[in-house]
Amino acid sequence: MIRGPLDKEGPDRLYTVTGGRSRADESRFDMVTLIVSESDPTPGMQSEHVKILRMCRRPLSVVEISSYLELPVSVVKILLCDLLDTGRITARHPQVARLGGRLPGPETLKKVLVALQNL
Amino acid sequence: MHSRISERTVSTVLHGTEQSPLRESASNGLKIAIVGGFGVGKTTMVKSVSEIRPLSTEETMTQAGVGIDDSSFVRNKTTTTVAFDFGRISLDEQMVLYLFGAPGQERFWFLWDRLFSGTLGAVVLVDTNRLSDSWYALDRLEHHGTPFIVARNNFTEPRHTLEEVRESLDLPPDVPMIDCDARKRDSSKAVLVALARYLYSLSTNGAAGESTA
Ligand SMILES: Nc1nc2c(ncn2[C@@H]2O[C@H](COP(=O)(O)OP(=O)(O)OP(=O)(O)O)[C@@H](O)[C@H]2O)c(=O)[nH]1
Ligand SMILES: [Mg+2]
Repeated sequence: MIRGPLDKEGPDRLYTVTGGRSRADESRFDMVTLIVSESDPTPGMQSEHVKILRMCRRPLSVVEISSYLELPVSVVKILLCDLLDTGRITARHPQVARLGGRLPGPETLKKVLVALQNL
Repeated sequence: MHSRISERTVSTVLHGTEQSPLRESASNGLKIAIVGGFGVGKTTMVKSVSEIRPLSTEETMTQAGVGIDDSSFVRNKTTTTVAFDFGRISLDEQMVLYLFGAPGQERFWFLWDRLFSGTLGAVVLVDTNRLSDSWYALDRLEHHGTPFIVARNNFTEPRHTLEEVRESLDLPPDVPMIDCDARKRDSSKAVLVALARYLYSLSTNGAAGESTA
């Protein structure tokens, strides 16, 4: 399971795309936080940022962005911080995470159950 | 191969023709983890119920000791990379359920910690010919307080009853168990329904509502 293009490219690409920035802000996003673009890319923007803004014209999860960009989830979260701070994206956070790790209420879980039964 | 496929996917995303984009109203991502030993059928199960072709990606962890420096990407620092795959099911106008197939090996503990935080619950896929492969997964789920069910993926005709399996795995009596064929959509769907029913029952009887540690 330890494999993939990133291993071959080595830490250099990670360093380049994140500008060596801190990982401290990663916790601002969950893997399933849905990202929505709020503006179009502008000239001179970092190519990963351009790609994210194009992808997220419809909502898209952090983990899907990570898969399409072929960058680890934690690196994508750092890229997203920049875009969030400049108002170019909005983030729709999962309600479960906001409730502090507790199960959602019975109404939500009932909806999940019924939706799965009706698939 | 991985990289060629993904490039094509990026270009279809960029041109707005991705297989099935989410609704504009999608706002609440939910997570379910499908865990279990090597080759037990995790990816197969994700694939059979997902509305998108399963995607894969990677999570990394910086390997050095403790300290502030270790929280940044610094040249020459070794990172451990673990790949996992996932699929997605749109449940209604707002809710989107993500299914993660996570490898069960002990050295991937950091991925488990990240996946399990905020996860509704988990399916532990077991192959009864290799029950010990699932011990680590069960141990971590219990440690995190993540509710789970056990699904037996029958590669061959089962030789034991589910109650015998429960005993071998030392599972509490209330943990639901189900037989499945991960290759079949209806069967995999039934597994998810069983998990959702269990989670719902936990939420209505009070005490057991803790989802993650
Ligand atoms: N006969 C049979 N084969 C199955 C079943 N489920 C999965 N397989 C096959 O078993 C193999 C492994 O399945 P995967 O879904 O890749 O297993 P996995 O758990 O994702 O494996 P890793 O990610 O490598 O740990 C594949 O060739 C599947 O086609 C099943 O129910 N019956
Ligand atoms: Mg797999």
